[in-house]
Amino acid sequence: MSSQKESTARTLVVALMVCLVCSIFVAGAAVALRPTQIENAQLDKQRNILAIAGLGSPSMSGAEVKALFGDRIIARLVDLDSGRFSDEFDAQTFDPLAAAKDPALSKNLTGGEDVASINRRENYTVVYVVEGADQQMETLILPVRGYGLWSTLHGFLALQGDLNTVQGFGFYQHAETPGLGGEVDNPNWRGLWPGKEVFNDDGQLAIRVIKGNVDAASPNADHQVDGLAGATLTANGVNNLLNYWLGENGFGSFIDNLRAGEA
Amino acid sequence: MSQPTIKQVLLDPVFNNNPIGLQMLGICSALAVTSNLNTALVMSIALTLVCGFSNLFISLIRSQIPSSIRMIVQMVIIASLVILVDQVLKAYAYSLSKQLSVFVGLIITNCIVMGRAEAFAMQNPPVLSFFDGIGNGLGYSIMLIGLGIVRELFGAGKLMGYTVFQSINDGGWYLPNGMLLLPPSAFFLIGLFIWAIRVWKKEQVEAPDFRMAPQVSKQEAY
Repeated sequence: MSSQKESTARTLVVALMVCLVCSIFVAGAAVALRPTQIENAQLDKQRNILAIAGLGSPSMSGAEVKALFGDRIIARLVDLDSGRFSDEFDAQTFDPLAAAKDPALSKNLTGGEDVASINRRENYTVVYVVEGADQQMETLILPVRGYGLWSTLHGFLALQGDLNTVQGFGFYQHAETPGLGGEVDNPNWRGLWPGKEVFNDDGQLAIRVIKGNVDAASPNADHQVDGLAGATLTANGVNNLLNYWLGENGFGSFIDNLRAGEA
Repeated sequence: MSQPTIKQVLLDPVFNNNPIGLQMLGICSALAVTSNLNTALVMSIALTLVCGFSNLFISLIRSQIPSSIRMIVQMVIIASLVILVDQVLKAYAYSLSKQLSVFVGLIITNCIVMGRAEAFAMQNPPVLSFFDGIGNGLGYSIMLIGLGIVRELFGAGKLMGYTVFQSINDGGWYLPNGMLLLPPSAFFLIGLFIWAIRVWKKEQVEAPDFRMAPQVSKQEAY
């Protein structure tokens, strides 16, 4: 019995059968659960967008999130090269992260341009707009991403209607060290952002995370955010991604066009 | 050795033969996921299920597995179950699965699962093996839940995210012990738990490997 069990043919057959049965189970689960997972990921993103725009409460149920999102938030496609709204694709279904991997829909960033270390930038992206009663833009929510210490930080920056004051800022996906860089998720730190001004009086990009605490008496206090202890490199990453996405290769020209009313 | 009963294999690992407390297995994830009770609970449930079912399936095919590839066959079964758990968590508990991140996947390398498969399921019938897996999962769970309660309560003043002690930062009186939120604190706590179990169940105290000789005089030492 034992010699038969140990034969090469027998070993191969058992290995094959085990692999086959297991792969059927794993593949079956992956396929069957995929729709629920996608819905969850989308819900999580919508919840984050609402939180960063300062709408609703964190304890909302999934249905409430969907309703409020559908009610208040309008997704719009933006052509990053021309800096104008575009109708090239459907903003509801367009996936900027997938586009960033598609050579036809993105451009390669070279050394000096790639401040945020993202390698490729999509040509079109989706921004989210909250409109007030008279169709006036109340909040503009821009997707931002960039490399921190270990991972790419994916987040949103919400600007008020003056396109200068921060309404909210936060990340929905990253893998920084919990307790150090991971503190970018700390509600206290996120609470420091609203009210800060992105551009200074000369129209230059001025917002940054500094080391230590902001001196309230400093003339730049409106543009500075307290650093996170032990997270210098993540904070550098945050500064880089803000510089990139609010600069000329990111949303710079789009914001200029919006200001001039030409977007 | 007589065949153990279901009750024995189910309850023994909880206190008498605790996988963390006596066998010293699965310490790594016990440090990583116990900073709050929520993740500790989910991890406990996940590991208990994986351990139970991997034992069941391995025991079912134990007479077919050639010994030359038995480890890898066990790994394949365990890994498939873990992927299943991970997929289910992603679908039905998205925010928790984000918090647990890699640790669900790391159940694959949890020594308890592999250890029970190799030590018990390869020699025992399926039903018994299943309960042995569940029992060991429960032993792991009770340790994790204990750690989770202590660490979240004294580290953050909360339980399951609900405030128990109002912390000073939120205008209360409790100064949270931040060290308890860091992984090393679980080491100290596990040590204290083991001490407590061994005071209660003296038979778990191991005989010392050697006894220290009485002090030799200085002259003999030279």
